[in-house]
This record gives sequence, structure tokens and C-alpha cells, in this order.
Amino acid sequence: MRVSMDIELKDVPGQMLLALQPLSECKANLITVVHHHQKRTPRKTVPVKLVLETRPESIETIKAKLEENGIRVVRVGEHRFRESINVVLIGHVVHTGIQDTIDEIDRTGFAEVVDLSLSMPGINMLSSALIKIDAVGKEDLHKALAILKEVSAKKDLLMVLPIDIQA
Amino acid sequence: MKTVCCSILGFGAIGQGVAEVLLMKKEYLESIGLEVKVVAVVDSKGATVNPKGVDLADCLVRKRRDRTVALENISGVEVIQSVAHDLVIETTPTNILTGGAGMQNMFAAFKTGKDVITSNKGPLTLKYKELMEAAKAAGSHFRFEATVGGSMPIINLVNEVLAGNKVKSIKGILNGTCNYILTRMLEERASYNDILAESMQLGIAETNPTYDVEGIDTACKLVILANAIFGLDATYNDVEVTGITKVTPEALEMAYEKGHVIKLIGEVSRERIHVAPRLVPINHPLAVGGTLNVASVETELAGEITVTGKGAGPIETASAILSDLIAIYGN
Repeated sequence: MRVSMDIELKDVPGQMLLALQPLSECKANLITVVHHHQKRTPRKTVPVKLVLETRPESIETIKAKLEENGIRVVRVGEHRFRESINVVLIGHVVHTGIQDTIDEIDRTGFAEVVDLSLSMPGINMLSSALIKIDAVGKEDLHKALAILKEVSAKKDLLMVLPIDIQA
Repeated sequence: MKTVCCSILGFGAIGQGVAEVLLMKKEYLESIGLEVKVVAVVDSKGATVNPKGVDLADCLVRKRRDRTVALENISGVEVIQSVAHDLVIETTPTNILTGGAGMQNMFAAFKTGKDVITSNKGPLTLKYKELMEAAKAAGSHFRFEATVGGSMPIINLVNEVLAGNKVKSIKGILNGTCNYILTRMLEERASYNDILAESMQLGIAETNPTYDVEGIDTACKLVILANAIFGLDATYNDVEVTGITKVTPEALEMAYEKGHVIKLIGEVSRERIHVAPRLVPINHPLAVGGTLNVASVETELAGEITVTGKGAGPIETASAILSDLIAIYGN
């Protein structure tokens, strides 16, 4: 998952290294660092905004390690659902239980169906649905698609995936 | 002037296209030092044979008038065994279950040390490795650009022009009939069955369109690419295949509203061979319409290279055969 973190550094040399060390130790991937050197907090510290990618369970460890290094963590904000995908389903989408199909994704906790367009031209005709799935990260998106693939196979639905996704 | 004696085995649309192109390009071929002398033309009813060279224009007239060129009751394999020539142009129909006459023709050609250029996917889908070994043992040239994408160069592009590049994957639309059906379904908001019927009337789809619409034709082409470019020993059974028969006009329309078209995409890499309808962004290089084919080659050094062109048609396919011929005997 991608997380933003506001920290405060003392205005002395070597502070940035102390801030980045815990990230590296926890194998977090640093996406951006915005160092507001021209600003000072009332505590005379320098505000720094980090955006990093890490496993949810590592966040608390990173926070503790930063604080051990004397770095104040002001805010940890989570950016959930940064991956998004459109998928087309064709078949008896409604009659095979569309709510159940959606629930299979929603109950994962890391992905959810956020949009649905549906077309049912006739009772005995194939219906078509376009669903948009949001997921916490790429890996989670692939897990959600694997679940949808299984559900589609069970319900005899044709699942049409975007070309840039490994089908 | 180098004289290349050849036979044309299979005188359907593609074989006739080859004859037309050879007549059309006679002077050009001579200008690069090649005289291509066709010593036999064979169709399913028999053959016209003349070691001094058959009259191709006359063969075309007779084929159209009498539906055959046969003057003698002699098969392709018999021509290969009994008539002296260098090259077999093999354009018999594709049969992916047995390899058909093409399989026998190719093995017979290699057995007698002849070169082979073919547009026939069947034998290559079934026995690629054995055919390559037979060609190698005989010291024969074996080229088959016309089997994938008609006039659109993929195999020679990768193996020759892009030589030295490691290819990561090839993705594309390799069946013009499916592309036409999906394009028209979106344009006309018409059902799959209606557009299939229209495609049959226009001669774009075969009377039995199963090979095309079930994705089998695309899968066969991917098998050839897997073997010829990725060095695998793949067969049709290694391909995951889903065709276009379930695609609805409503699905096409909904996808379009979100900026996508649905295309039958074939994809091959060292890891997997896969055919299925996929969502392609409208402005993506693979989003070509009508009967066009397109392939995007992802390479290690040159990045992504996309080629598009006519995947079928007698003259277009004969163009690939001509380029193979020049590659073997030119210079």
C-alpha cells in the first residue's frame, strides 16, 4: 500500500539519513521526499513529507524506528485504492447473481467494485456488464482479478480484461 | 542471371496470387538477377508440368474457366519426386488436425533437398520441430512469413531486421475476420450473428468460420511465432484460447464509452501463449479496425515496435512469399 507520512527533522546534518534508514530496514519503497527546508515548525524543526510504498503491517514498525532515531512523526495518512481497472463481463451476469459476484471482490478488504454499467437486452439474451474495481495495490488488484476469474468460470461468464493486464 | 526452378503446390486463391505476382514482378526479378521458372502447378485434381516452364497466364485462365489446371493426374508429392526443381512454393489449404497435403509435400521436398516457402500453417502448427530438423538435415531453406499476418512482416522482421534483440513478447490482432466482425458490431450496434452473416456474404469469413471466430487461427499463428521466434517447441495444445462468439454489441458499446475497443488479442512470450478478447484503449497502436492485422513486438534493445497490415488476401500473402523467395535467392 502507498502511505504518506509527515515527519519533522532537527536542523542539523545527518537527520535525513536517520529518517531514511528505518524505511530501508523495513524494505519500504520510497516514492517521494519533499523537504521543506525554507519552512520551520514552532519547534524549529524542518517539515518533511514522505510518500512510501510498504506492507500495511510495516507501518507501525517504521513509525517506532523513526521515533527511536529522534524523529517526530506528525501524521501517517493512508492512500488506499490507488489501482483501478475496468473489466467487462459477458454472459448471464444478472441471473447468476451479480450481487454475489460483487461481494466476492468487496469482501476481500483490499479491493472493491466501485462502478457498474449493465445491459440486459432480453431475458434469454446474454447480458453485459462493465465493472470498475479499485484495489490497494497492484498485487491486490491481481488477486481480485484471480477471484473474479474463478467466479466467472463458475458462472460461465466471459471476462474481458485490459490488454496491459496479464490475463 | 540465376534461374530458380519452382513448383506451386496448391492453386487456390493464394497459389493464383503467387502466379499473378510472379508475372507482375518478372522484370523486377530479372533486374535483380533472378529468373523464376515455374515448372509445375498442382491443384487438388492434378497438375500442369513443363520442365521448360509452364505458362502461368494460361494456368490462371484455365483455373478460372475449368476450375482446375490439371492436365495430368499427378500429385504434389509425385511432382516433387519426379520433376527437377529447386523450390516448392507450398500454398495448399491449412489443416491443423492432420497437416493435410502440405505436411506430405514439405517432408517430400526436404527429402529431395528442395527449398520450401509456404503460407500453410497446419504442418508448422503440428510438427514444427520435425520440419525444421528435416530442412536442416537436407540443407534446405525453409521460410514461412506468409503463415502469420499475410503481408505484414513479423517473423523476418524479428529474426532478420531486429537480429540481436531479445524479444520479450508479441501481442496483436492476427485474424482479420474477427477484427472485421468486432469493428462492424461496434459501428452498427449489431449482433455477432448478423455481422458474421454479413462477413460470409462479403467473403471475409469462410463458410465454416469456426477456425477464425473460436480463436483457433490466431492460436496457430501464435504457435508458429512461439517456435520460430522464441525457440519453443509449442503445439496448439499449449495455447489458452477464447474466441469472440460471446461478445455482445452492448459490451462493445460500454467499453467504447470508457475509451476502449474489444479486440481478439493473441499474445506470446516464453512463459505463455494466450488468445482472448481484450480491452484495448481507443488510441492504442493495437486498436486497428476493419480487416487489418497488427502486431506489437516488445524487444530488449529497440523497445516496442508495431507493424500493421493486411493479414489476408491472395496478393498480400503472395507478397510475403515473394519476399521469402528474394531472401533465399537474391544477391
